[in-house]
Amino acid sequence: MYAEFDLVIPSRLDQTLAILAEDCSIVNDTDGTMPLAGGTNMIVDLRSHSVSPERLVSLAKLDLLRGIRVVDRQVIMGGATTITTMLHDRVLAEHAPSLVEQARVFGGQMVRNAATVAGNICCGSPAADTVPPLLALDAEVELTSKEGSRVVPLSEFFLGYKEMARRPDELLTEVCWDLPPKSSTNLFYKLARRHGDAITVVGIAVAMTVEDRKCSTVRIALGAVAPIVKRATAAEAMLSGNALTPELIEAAAKRAAEESDPIDDVRATAGYRRHGVQVLTRRLVTQAWERLC
Amino acid sequence: MSASKKITLNVNGRDRETEVPANAALLETLRMLGCFEVKSGCEKGDCGACAVLVDGEAIDSCLTLTWTLEGRAITTVSGLSKGEESHPLIESFLKHGAVQCGYCTPGLIIAAQSMLQITPDPDEEDIRIGLSGNLCRCTGYTKVFNAVREAAEVLRKGEAKA
Repeated sequence: MYAEFDLVIPSRLDQTLAILAEDCSIVNDTDGTMPLAGGTNMIVDLRSHSVSPERLVSLAKLDLLRGIRVVDRQVIMGGATTITTMLHDRVLAEHAPSLVEQARVFGGQMVRNAATVAGNICCGSPAADTVPPLLALDAEVELTSKEGSRVVPLSEFFLGYKEMARRPDELLTEVCWDLPPKSSTNLFYKLARRHGDAITVVGIAVAMTVEDRKCSTVRIALGAVAPIVKRATAAEAMLSGNALTPELIEAAAKRAAEESDPIDDVRATAGYRRHGVQVLTRRLVTQAWERLC
Repeated sequence: MSASKKITLNVNGRDRETEVPANAALLETLRMLGCFEVKSGCEKGDCGACAVLVDGEAIDSCLTLTWTLEGRAITTVSGLSKGEESHPLIESFLKHGAVQCGYCTPGLIIAAQSMLQITPDPDEEDIRIGLSGNLCRCTGYTKVFNAVREAAEVLRKGEAKA
């Protein structure tokens, strides 16, 4: 029915990393050894033969990669944390409502129960819903191989369409970010054909901190409107350090739309997406500002 | 060729030993074992017709490799009822006529059961989110939502008694 492959299910991380480090691309036209997390993308890709691994390494038994905790004012989320865990997590409800919101509108229940944050990030899709909120929170990812770990800012992780900084022998083991300051908020909005079970047409995340009635920092992340999820840095720069007015927000929203680089596809035209970026950036920046002032 | 091995799966409380290749999805394995209540729909996680519970949590069996579930408790809609009495969700779906062709029904009941474990007193939004991965192409969801709402009440009363 789908591709032929071998499957190993190690119960320890070191075993998993050792297997990923072995080169098993015996046949040249296979994708070698690939990690298998929730499988909600991988199994679909296997069925359509868009990936052909020689061997899959299931992460099903690596319980230590699951869960969300706060250590030294940092939120640390294990790579195998599911979308459902994010939906019901108290730390995220308090400090990262944007991540709870993306979990609410992510796929359907069964997909959310299986899909993991690392899997969503490592698929490299520009429509991956965990990415805009995490990018707006200045998250970093920990990549672990047999040789050790390295930490990469999420803003440097995506190199091009479905191209990422992760090497084939590395696992994305953790996602972490600093607890946002008190006078801050973060929001996410997914524009899609339906409220559930749909692929994102435009996904916008905004994180804002206000000090002395001025917007001291703002992050605007744009999903599904460029080859990678990216920040609208020019729009952010227009808002930073200012007291926000409707005119300034409108101008920044327009700039964000100019910073997007969408395509026409089955879900929407590029023009519709660009318009969506402007409308949603204006809406979320306004909501964030009004909440904090 | 993918490797193949004998594994033991716990399905509806019964251990079933069976030969399974590495690339088999749980959906195929369950239907090979005669669990025809588990339906094959889109085979890509959109429709929810193949949903089963794994340790009480609903997953799409089309997206899960069987080998990864050794030692876990798998429940299909046929395994929900205890003894002679039908599960309250099944009763409620019948009572409300929340079934047309019936193809999506096993998955809907499984998804509802999984949602009610976390959210025993769901509001409209909880039900919508909980069932967002189940597609019915016959008619609509109004009767399904009514059935789930009433079953939730019955289940809560049962919990209170126990």
